[in-house]
Amino acid sequence: MSELLQLTGQHLLIVAIAVTIAIAAGVPLGTFAHRRRRLGGIALRITDVVQTIPSLAMFGFLIPLPLIGGIGARPAIVALVLYSLLPIVRSTLVGLDRVDANVREAATAMGMTDRQLLWGVELPLATPAIVAGIRIASVTAIGVATIAAAVGGGGLGTLIFRGVSMVDTRLILSGALPAALLAIAADLVLTQVERYFARRRGES
Amino acid sequence: MIEYRDVSVLRGGTAILDRVTLRIGKGERVAYLGRSGAGKTTALKVINGLIAPSSGDVVVDGTSIAQHALPELRRRIGYVLQQPALFPHRNVLDNIATVPRLLQWPEERIRAESERLLEQLELPPATFGARFPRMLSGGQQQRVAIARALIAHPEIVLCDEPFSALDPLIRAELQTLFRNATRDRAATTLVFVTHDVREALRIAERVIVFDAGRVVADTPADAFMNHQHPLVRRFVEA
Repeated sequence: MSELLQLTGQHLLIVAIAVTIAIAAGVPLGTFAHRRRRLGGIALRITDVVQTIPSLAMFGFLIPLPLIGGIGARPAIVALVLYSLLPIVRSTLVGLDRVDANVREAATAMGMTDRQLLWGVELPLATPAIVAGIRIASVTAIGVATIAAAVGGGGLGTLIFRGVSMVDTRLILSGALPAALLAIAADLVLTQVERYFARRRGES
Repeated sequence: MIEYRDVSVLRGGTAILDRVTLRIGKGERVAYLGRSGAGKTTALKVINGLIAPSSGDVVVDGTSIAQHALPELRRRIGYVLQQPALFPHRNVLDNIATVPRLLQWPEERIRAESERLLEQLELPPATFGARFPRMLSGGQQQRVAIARALIAHPEIVLCDEPFSALDPLIRAELQTLFRNATRDRAATTLVFVTHDVREALRIAERVIVFDAGRVVADTPADAFMNHQHPLVRRFVEA
């Protein structure tokens, strides 16, 4: 039981670190994609391609790389960041695109600078969409993180891989079920956060 | 003062504004009248730099619009669109406080002036101040948009058909409220775009008629009904 708790904690920690980094990189990247259509389109295309790399292969690719690769939690976090980036970048872009053109024009005509428009109007109005992206990224990352055990990343995948090698269904489930529950819990909590921001933004 | 010097705006080879030269004096109340596509909205938006002239120059307060720092200039120009375009995430008082906060007015002054203005526009601040735009009717939202445009005592107020999306009764009510709220501001220059003759004559003292990007008539409002230009005749007889 204590091993289960420890692995669950490890699992959550890896995901939390990865999603935090992905937010820190993805929201600015999405904002950039909104302002600079062409360059932003390229960035989006790259995150798209990254998303299509099978996760087991991704961990394999990372093993020989210096600094970001190798064995352990570090390559696991790097891979999860890469997977989490796309939904966050895309939802930030969509959220900013959806801001009413009249509202944007009014803000500009009242003398807001670009920066004031972004921080005072566009990002607050895009927040529910951005949170939706964070929710999707988190749920995905919780699932993909089980594979991190293949490169020694720890987490609930450790139990699953051990169960697979021992052909022990109960052991597999002891890792898979908590992982699934974590994903469902993250989904429920972040859906509430999303609703909270949507209400504050004045949608419902 | 606003001055157009031979201003053209081209879009894809066609002239939306075609060599317009005009002078609007400080404190004048002007209506830009015309059919849709006549260029009146474009003529409005070159004043606050939302649209840049392709050639010619627009001079506001003696300085070319190209030389102005636009955010600073725009804080001195009120702007009301056809859609209220309120900030959905800010309540009525915070919407109205937008420009004063950009100008860093003290909060007590913002509060006092907002409340006075809301009273004048018949939206009691105690009832409406904390409401969000979604909780207001279209007419109420447009009144907030007017308050938001007038609060910082702008030298110029630009209106782009602000009442044409409202039903006729509300429109008449808002025209009256708007006239009352702007009438005592002798130093404020008003430019009001409309396609409605009666609205133009109610609100303005000078009517400028646009057609195909050009000024075809420029007349005091009280002489408008007798103006002989064929387009004016058609407006009068419609």
